[in-house]
Amino acid sequence: MIVRRIMVRVGFLLLLAGFLVYAIFPFYYALVSSLQGGSELFSPTYLPSAPDIDNYVAVFREQPFGRSILNSFIVAVGTVGVTLMLAALAAYALGRIRFRGRQGVLLATLAISMFPQVAVLSGMFELIRTLGLYDALPGLMLSYLILTLPFSIWVLTAFMREVPGEIEEAALLDGASRWTILTRILLPLVAPALVTTGLLALIIAWNEFLFALTFTLSAETRTVPVAIALISGATQHELPWGIIMAASIIVTIPLAAIVLLFQGRIVSGLTSGAIKG
Amino acid sequence: MGSDRGQTLRASCQAATAWRFLAPALVALILAGGWPLIRTVWLSLTDAQLAGGVIAFVGLENYRWLLTDPDWWQAVLNTLVFATISVALETVLGVILALILDASFRGRSLVRAAIILPWAIPTVVSAKIWAWMLHDQFGIMNRVLLGIGAIDRPLAWTADPDLAMAAVIAVDVWKTTPFMALLALAALQLVPRHCYEAAWLDGVPPLRFFFKVTLPLIAPALAVAALFRFLDALRVFDLIYVLTSNSRSTATIAVYARQQMMEFRDLGYGSAAASLLFAIVTGATVLYLLVSYVRAREPRQ
Repeated sequence: MIVRRIMVRVGFLLLLAGFLVYAIFPFYYALVSSLQGGSELFSPTYLPSAPDIDNYVAVFREQPFGRSILNSFIVAVGTVGVTLMLAALAAYALGRIRFRGRQGVLLATLAISMFPQVAVLSGMFELIRTLGLYDALPGLMLSYLILTLPFSIWVLTAFMREVPGEIEEAALLDGASRWTILTRILLPLVAPALVTTGLLALIIAWNEFLFALTFTLSAETRTVPVAIALISGATQHELPWGIIMAASIIVTIPLAAIVLLFQGRIVSGLTSGAIKG
Repeated sequence: MGSDRGQTLRASCQAATAWRFLAPALVALILAGGWPLIRTVWLSLTDAQLAGGVIAFVGLENYRWLLTDPDWWQAVLNTLVFATISVALETVLGVILALILDASFRGRSLVRAAIILPWAIPTVVSAKIWAWMLHDQFGIMNRVLLGIGAIDRPLAWTADPDLAMAAVIAVDVWKTTPFMALLALAALQLVPRHCYEAAWLDGVPPLRFFFKVTLPLIAPALAVAALFRFLDALRVFDLIYVLTSNSRSTATIAVYARQQMMEFRDLGYGSAAASLLFAIVTGATVLYLLVSYVRAREPRQ
């Protein structure tokens, strides 16, 4: 019995270690590569020999990478702000008011979340060009709503529905307006859900590639994923891998921080969104 | 009578309020989703070019060409192969990972954070990191495999048409297994704890217990998760575009459609491919809904 227990424990730890190495090693290797320059890069090692930060300097000097980070930040924060505002209003109606067409709206929202991005690509391209938003950040924010709004509406609606009705009725009897009820009573109560959906929307907007690649043109409006994808060297076959790895590490750091700080919220958001959606 | 009318009035007043709160989100969803989709389908029936200019209605002409293009069928095949194999692997690995995360051990939350990191980073970044690790001349993967004697010469993982799909699937499995694991974990946590304790005391072998008790209990939730992942995998673009660019051996429908629209500047033709992808995803969803609806209506024993 004891032997069996120990064997199970050892097997378990080995499996756990295996998964951890599998998940983390690529990041470690990217970090090692990013700290190596010139010819050292071309002889793979597990420890950097004579590490330096030349690649990190080069990624900002050889292209407007700082600008790309700023662009990604603006787009992500803008998308999250607009998404939360619109989703909170919609979730109030869908979660707290009985009216005909409620189910229809929820189903339509779910349907939109199933659209393949490429299926709206040409229509969106045309719309963005018509609105004069081509190669501009607001165009990206508009297009990202299709990715962030549907699941935000679903998650927030589910949370709004769980708030006991007595609180709202008492406030209504006291003559409070719907707007007051939403902003003063309900939103503070569902604040954890706002944080969760906001974080997921932030990650989605920060990581998005297809729309950003298609709806921007100049280096000054690129977001980080596009900038990294388009880093090129002297020739097509000579990519500056050290610089690309440095850029990858730079982008990973804020996401790693978010994941470490908020992993509980992110996990609950992912699973609730997937189960209810 | 009077109270009836009062209720009707109140109901319609409530409905008006509800629609006022909904309006901004609905406008946004129509602008960002509904309208572009309708326009894409419309453009697929025209000879629209990327540069603009006069558009002529051509009926189903684009679709006729599409269905005779071997590259299109290759893209359909690539998409199905990619989605089927990667989702199958992610589901199996995801369940194993979930079983690990379900156990209690010190540092569990740190491990969970480490494991969801591949999911949280941009696909572009995972594709680039793996492209470097899989590099034919300087990649560490070839170095390791040569070192242990698994291969006798360096392989061009992302460039060789016979290997590129395997490379793409491997990277997707690395990136998306955490997501499946989290969903499987949510399902696992619904399995009553006393089941495990009883089985442990009775000396039931863990594997047997898993296949006889745990798996049947989590299977329904797992099936839904796998289906959603499958629908998601059918739309794959970023990973394949960055890792193997426009290689014919990995180009999926989304990659093919964007290439036609943006690189060959044939907006109408590309829109036809995109519309068919939409039809495939919708078809699969409707099929699933119908099956689960019929199942739900069947009388239970």
